[in-house]
Amino acid sequence: MNNFQYSRAADVADAIRLLAANPGARLIAGGTNLIDLMKENVERPSRLIDISRLPLRKVEETADGGLRIGALVPNSDLAYHPLIEQRYPLLASAILAGASAQLRNMASVGGNLMQRTRCAYFYDTATPCNKRNPGTGCSALDGLNRNHAILGTSASCIATNPSDMSVALAALGALVHIARPSGERTIALTDFHRLPGDTPHVDVNLGAGEIIIAIELPPLGFAQNYSYLKIRDRLSYAFALVSVAAALELEGNAITQARIALGGVAHKPWRSLEAEAALRGQAATVDHFSHAADLLLAGATARAHNGFKIELARRAIVRTLTQAADATPQSQSHKKIA
Amino acid sequence: MNAYVGTPTSRVDGRAKVTGTAKYAGEFPADGLVHGFVVEATIPCGRIARLDTSAALNVNGVLDVLTHANRPPLADNDEAWKDEVAPEKGSPFRPLYDDTIKFNGQPIALVVAEDWETAKFAATLVRVEYEPSGFATDLEGERGSAAETDEPPKPRGDAAAALARAAVRHEADYVIPTEHHNPMELFATTAVWDGGGKLTVYDKTQGVQNVHKFLCGVFDKKPSDIRVISPYVGGAFGSGLRPQHQVVLATLAALALKRSVRVVLTRQQMYGLGYRPMTIERVGLGAKSDGTLEAVTHEAIAVTSRYEDFARNDTGWAEQLYSSPNSRFSHKLVHLDVSTPCDMRAPGAASGVCALECAMDELAVALKIDPIDLRLNCYSDRDQSENLPYTSKQLRECYARGAEAFGWSRRNPAPRSMHDGNELVGWGMATGVWEALQMPVAVRIVLTSNGHAEVSCAASDIGTGTYTIVAQVAADALGLPIENISVRLADSTLPQAPVEGGSWMAASSAHAVLAAAEDVRKELLSLAGKMPGSPLADAELADTVLIDGSIARAADNSRAVSIADAMRHGNIERIAKEKVNQFDEDKKHARNTHSAVFAEVKIDEQLGVIRVTRIVSAVAAGRILNTKTGRSQIMGGVVWGIGMALHEETVMDHRFGRIMNANIAEYHIPVNADVHDIDVIFVDEPDAHINKLGVKGLGEIGIVGVPAAIANAVYHATGKRIRRFPITLDKLLG
Ligand SMILES: Cc1cc2nc3c(=O)[nH]c(=O)nc-3n(C[C@H](O)[C@H](O)[C@H](O)COP(=O)(O)OP(=O)(O)OC[C@H]3O[C@@H](n4cnc5c(N)ncnc54)[C@H](O)[C@@H]3O)c2cc1C
Ligand code: SF4
Repeated sequence: MNNFQYSRAADVADAIRLLAANPGARLIAGGTNLIDLMKENVERPSRLIDISRLPLRKVEETADGGLRIGALVPNSDLAYHPLIEQRYPLLASAILAGASAQLRNMASVGGNLMQRTRCAYFYDTATPCNKRNPGTGCSALDGLNRNHAILGTSASCIATNPSDMSVALAALGALVHIARPSGERTIALTDFHRLPGDTPHVDVNLGAGEIIIAIELPPLGFAQNYSYLKIRDRLSYAFALVSVAAALELEGNAITQARIALGGVAHKPWRSLEAEAALRGQAATVDHFSHAADLLLAGATARAHNGFKIELARRAIVRTLTQAADATPQSQSHKKIA
Repeated sequence: MNAYVGTPTSRVDGRAKVTGTAKYAGEFPADGLVHGFVVEATIPCGRIARLDTSAALNVNGVLDVLTHANRPPLADNDEAWKDEVAPEKGSPFRPLYDDTIKFNGQPIALVVAEDWETAKFAATLVRVEYEPSGFATDLEGERGSAAETDEPPKPRGDAAAALARAAVRHEADYVIPTEHHNPMELFATTAVWDGGGKLTVYDKTQGVQNVHKFLCGVFDKKPSDIRVISPYVGGAFGSGLRPQHQVVLATLAALALKRSVRVVLTRQQMYGLGYRPMTIERVGLGAKSDGTLEAVTHEAIAVTSRYEDFARNDTGWAEQLYSSPNSRFSHKLVHLDVSTPCDMRAPGAASGVCALECAMDELAVALKIDPIDLRLNCYSDRDQSENLPYTSKQLRECYARGAEAFGWSRRNPAPRSMHDGNELVGWGMATGVWEALQMPVAVRIVLTSNGHAEVSCAASDIGTGTYTIVAQVAADALGLPIENISVRLADSTLPQAPVEGGSWMAASSAHAVLAAAEDVRKELLSLAGKMPGSPLADAELADTVLIDGSIARAADNSRAVSIADAMRHGNIERIAKEKVNQFDEDKKHARNTHSAVFAEVKIDEQLGVIRVTRIVSAVAAGRILNTKTGRSQIMGGVVWGIGMALHEETVMDHRFGRIMNANIAEYHIPVNADVHDIDVIFVDEPDAHINKLGVKGLGEIGIVGVPAAIANAVYHATGKRIRRFPITLDKLLG
């Protein structure tokens, strides 16, 4: 870990000012990802700007019937918030599928969106990695890539985004509110995370001096027919090999709205508007779910060790959609898959 | 007189541990304490061309950076570096000795600073240039260079020929990956400078006297110059048997700086210590069509370092378990550019028996007989390698009791025949076996006239419960309430003990306590017998007992003299006796513990997600001294077995020779969600031969057999035979 300066931001404007004045500075919220990366010398910030006490901890109803969630709301508070439990249970479920109770107590919404890949080479400064050290090469391409991406990869990087929360947010069509020196802007969550392309060191569309202040959920919460299914190497406390957030609106057995987002398979939560459109107006049957899975996974490619993910994702998509249609969402405490 | 032995007595150190008053090696304070942080090599093989410490030295608060170039003297001969547990063949690793790099993660410098954070920061500023050499770290890639080591059990008959002509034959490779111990407590040493070149060394270790002798040799010190203390150990599982890097580095720095120094390894750095070596286990079984064995062959190919030959008995276990007229065993090593492996819970057996028991299951399938029937068909009442009977062997009873508790008779033998909703249900079983060893251990008892006793011994309690069983046995032998017994362990100045390992400490220390207590009783008898009108006048030692704070006639406890009266009469305040346990290693018996393990798995048919929903482990291990700590030992072993079956694997990128999951977020062990019902059954196993109390030890038997039982259950559930561990869901998808 390097030596760093520390300042506590007085308010959002102060945090933005401090960011602008200190190139190489990093915001710190819960610290559960940043500090780990600092211990590994992957992150070497010149200064930590502590935003953990800023007043961004509210969950408020918006005029149009949605919700606005402050960037510093702890993950566990959000998962157990009555409005989230009632109206956006998919989000609650995805959050509870992630990390451990202790980590969720510390982790913030903003930090969760910003968490970096768990690619082992990214963490090991003794190995080449384009994301950590642009231009050095990607060790995962021909190395240990069992956990790596099958969709949207590039020749520079095949890392995945590890967040569970973001997968649900992508399915729910969340917006990200960002404060910056010249005011505020809003961006769709699906546009917030990037594909690696030839700039894998840039994970997200967030400019210098910009801070996430809130996320916004649109009114439609899919509270009846949803499920978040996370497949991992042990039954809890592991990152996803594949995860699926599924949300349906049904009229009888007919699908009127469908959202599907995948985790663990790409550099960002993966959605396919085409797959969702194909389900609209169709009966909620395994055949239609399989067809949607094919569309979602169109173009999936594997390296030496992650080929299993393609078939696993296909099956997981069908199962999650079935759970959603049957209104039997996956429990995050009982690990038997319904 | 067994108020405590055999009962579920709670840990005597439990309160200290859960309230945080129990101090571990990295927690002892010292005046002027400074902190060392280790800099590690990032290549697996080569030499250090240049080591630039100037930037680190310029950091405020940094006191020194020790390297091979500026360190104080270290012993220059292998004898000094060979600890009690070192492999016979080889030249032990010497931290900061010279510029050669032998493995990735090797310590190459120690930054010492006023505080730990400063040392850690400055460590990032140490610049190293290497002259790398070619290297190899991949066992499977280098399998061709495997060379025979040591002597496994001698062959009997002609196994190759018998296998070739067997009516039913099964032969396969089973691959067990490298695994790391990951004890909760980090490896740490606090070396306290006592002045004049003397040190008190608080170390995380399984053997204080082993570390003591080692440090005296390595640093050329008199025994009285160094004292090693390790009162509590937060798990070690074999990783603390040999003195580790941190104790050398802390001692080195304390001598160099003439100050107290603490070195705590990080979790990541602990992956540079020892590990369970990856092995390829090739097992061949030949049977007659009636389901009796004709031939057993077992060849293990294991990793070791370039500088030491570490090998354990992976292959001989069939000699204990299954009668077969022909057998052949071989153990081969492949030397790679990695650190030396070390013992890890049930070394050899955990891996070798896993392969053997998977193979037995495959043979039962080929023979179309129940896996328990196959094992009963070839049940061996003798250790065939030495042709000896056992001191006791209630394995038959383990099969019967375990099967009954599990409900084995309701099993449909056909794979994929049992369902529960989307899940396939599988039931599998396996046998476990381990040794029942004893070692010489000395115990001192100091009895004071107020009826309190201090029992002391240099042995460690690595979390297994040594404090508690020593207190139980002493309380019973001295006829005192357990609250009146205080136990002191793990100080190199205390009576002699070997490292705590091999499951030998319970039996050994208990009998040393009995021996010392007998001497105490002898002295009490001579005092009491001399009292005027003594009810014990002319009593023989053998006819007396210590009970309720008195020495009494065994036949009539009312004819007694209280300890206080006897000692007052003799005008003494304390009786101190030290004794070594006597045990008869007659060459007429084999000594083993056994188990039968039953596992239920439920596997999502489409997604491959595996749940181990039930384990029944029926254990025969002689007399159980403490049914509570004993049960907890077995449960811990079972949980580890679940990890070995499904989760644990140290993953290396052989292009870099680097471990890529050196942390417990990515190195998976079972979490609570992975652990369901565990039923531990202790089968009665009276043993009149092994020792007076009939105790065998429980530390390792709990893990043996568990991975195979789970793998066999996975086969039964899915019809897929996974021979490469761990069994992760991708292996079931295809
Ligand atoms: C062992 C372990 C297991 C885990 N398992 C899972 C899992 O299964 N699923 C999962 O989803 N996650 C998992 N996590 C990750 C966890 O969810 C993240 O670490 C956490 O959400 C990060 O939040 P934080 O507030 O602690 O972020 P910090 O560590 O404080 O910050 C992370 C990054 O976000 C930036 N940042 C923080 N707030 C803002 C803001 N408002 N605006 C702009 N930038 C900001 C920081 O500068 C930093 O770069 C795991 C973590 C650990 C350590
Ligand atoms: S996949 Fe991405 S993060 Fe991983 S090594 Fe390649 S470039 Fe680095």
